[in-house]
Amino acid sequence: MIEFDNVSFAYEPGRPVLRKLSFRIGDGEAVGLIGANGAGKSTVMKVLLGLLPCEGRVLVDGAAVKWDTLREIRRKLGFVLQNSDHQMFMPTVLEDMTFGPLNYGATRAEAEARADAALARLGISELKRRHNHKLSGGEKRMAAIATILAMEPEAILMDEPTAALDPRNRRLVINVIRSLTQTKLVASHDLDMILDTCSRVLLLSGGTLAADGAAETVLRDRALLEAHRMELPLRLQ
Amino acid sequence: MNKAEQALRELHEMDALAAGDSPLHRLCPLAKFLFTAAYIAAVVSFGRYDLARLAPLLLMAALLYQLAGIPVGKCFHKLRFVLPLVLAVGLFNPLLDRAPMLTLGGVVISGGVVSMLTMMAKGTLCLMASFLLMATTRVDALCAGLRRLRVPGFLLSLLLLTYRYVGVMTEEVAVMTDAYALRAPGQRGVAFRAWGSFLGQLLLRSMDRAEELYAAMLLRGYREEFPYAEAAPCAARDAAFLSVGAALLLLLRFVNVSALLGGLLMR
Ligand SMILES: Nc1ncnc2c1ncn2[C@@H]1O[C@H](COP(=O)(O)OP(=O)(O)O)[C@@H](O)[C@H]1O
Ligand SMILES: [Mg+2]
Repeated sequence: MIEFDNVSFAYEPGRPVLRKLSFRIGDGEAVGLIGANGAGKSTVMKVLLGLLPCEGRVLVDGAAVKWDTLREIRRKLGFVLQNSDHQMFMPTVLEDMTFGPLNYGATRAEAEARADAALARLGISELKRRHNHKLSGGEKRMAAIATILAMEPEAILMDEPTAALDPRNRRLVINVIRSLTQTKLVASHDLDMILDTCSRVLLLSGGTLAADGAAETVLRDRALLEAHRMELPLRLQ
Repeated sequence: MNKAEQALRELHEMDALAAGDSPLHRLCPLAKFLFTAAYIAAVVSFGRYDLARLAPLLLMAALLYQLAGIPVGKCFHKLRFVLPLVLAVGLFNPLLDRAPMLTLGGVVISGGVVSMLTMMAKGTLCLMASFLLMATTRVDALCAGLRRLRVPGFLLSLLLLTYRYVGVMTEEVAVMTDAYALRAPGQRGVAFRAWGSFLGQLLLRSMDRAEELYAAMLLRGYREEFPYAEAAPCAARDAAFLSVGAALLLLLRFVNVSALLGGLLMR
């Protein structure tokens, strides 16, 4: 469903962040995108969503990401931002959740029904009428995920979904990710979480893939991980 | 909690105020916007010495605050950082215009003092009116209303983003002043020589954040349309409010009501 074909990108000329990056993600796959800080994980997400212009080809369901396909592609790909404060820009949770569906032409009743379904699915129906700025960090992250689920995307992209969460909330979020049936692309350096939620792993380093394989294999390879400034998941140490 | 955090809380409170319920809240945003614009135009159009004639407009504003169930004090409390700027506008008038204008209890009052007071009153009334609009109308509902007036979408995006951006910037100020205070103990505020780099940083950081915020909107299909704003269609009630309001403003503008009333009382 997602394909990168020789994709290169640089924020500043002469300092490429992605170099001829190629990979393919099939329908229903759960893929972890790992790499040290600054490896370019967030950049991959932004390129995929057409937020950054790149060289090479990015395809979603066979359609190239470009100006006239952006809207359709962004409907298919739900992106959970690293910082939930940026994700949630409306005054209340419900309004944030209906924002996307309404923009895509749902009626108010449909949009609210979708919001209800997403909240119930994550077991956070009590957050529906709350004001965003009064949510705790964990609540906000869950609400942000619910917001994206309400858009009923075909694939879900997450950037550091467990960053800045306490252990209990981290566990909750991991369970939610595991339960999602959509195609998943999860960027993180929390390798324990990746091990829990993904079956395949892409290791990004120096702007290209240093490894692409089963999570069980890549995440057990101490030498490989250390060569790219990462450590074995705690659980495997 | 530092000052910026306090400001941020108050900004969020604006959203809460706007989500309240009152006859004024229930009016359609467009009618309120047009009335506010007319009110401001009327206030501004008075002459520089027409202090007394602004009084009925103040009364009108006070009544509307009553109707909205918002204490007037709230406006002044929230705008306490802006108010001094508005009041400072006419500060030099007394120095420039010393011609005596009237005597009150033996004290000669110059034209400059009167025009200073008039300017201050005008500024305050305009602030009060804009605040009331924002406190009774949600920004996106307002945008939806303006969109119906064929105001270009990009201008509305700008309005919407500015409104949210102020929040983002204030939040950055909060974080940065905290970080600064932790490394400059015993110092009140940010030292003058650090202002330059502080402001530069602030701008960069809030631009990054605003960019991300806008991306988050785009990713969820934002197209400068406002289907998500509560679609309260303008009804007879709104038309009535607008015409009565406009008629009153015209009356106050072109007939010297204060003098008439004063004359009646004197007789
Ligand atoms: N807006 C930007 N302008 C310039 N350089 C950037 C920008 N965003 C990220 N970078 C640089 O690009 C590289 C990759 O960043 P990023 O994709 O955020 O990495 P990751 O998400 O893996 O931590 C880093 O070296 C970072 O400094
Ligand atoms: Mg990142």
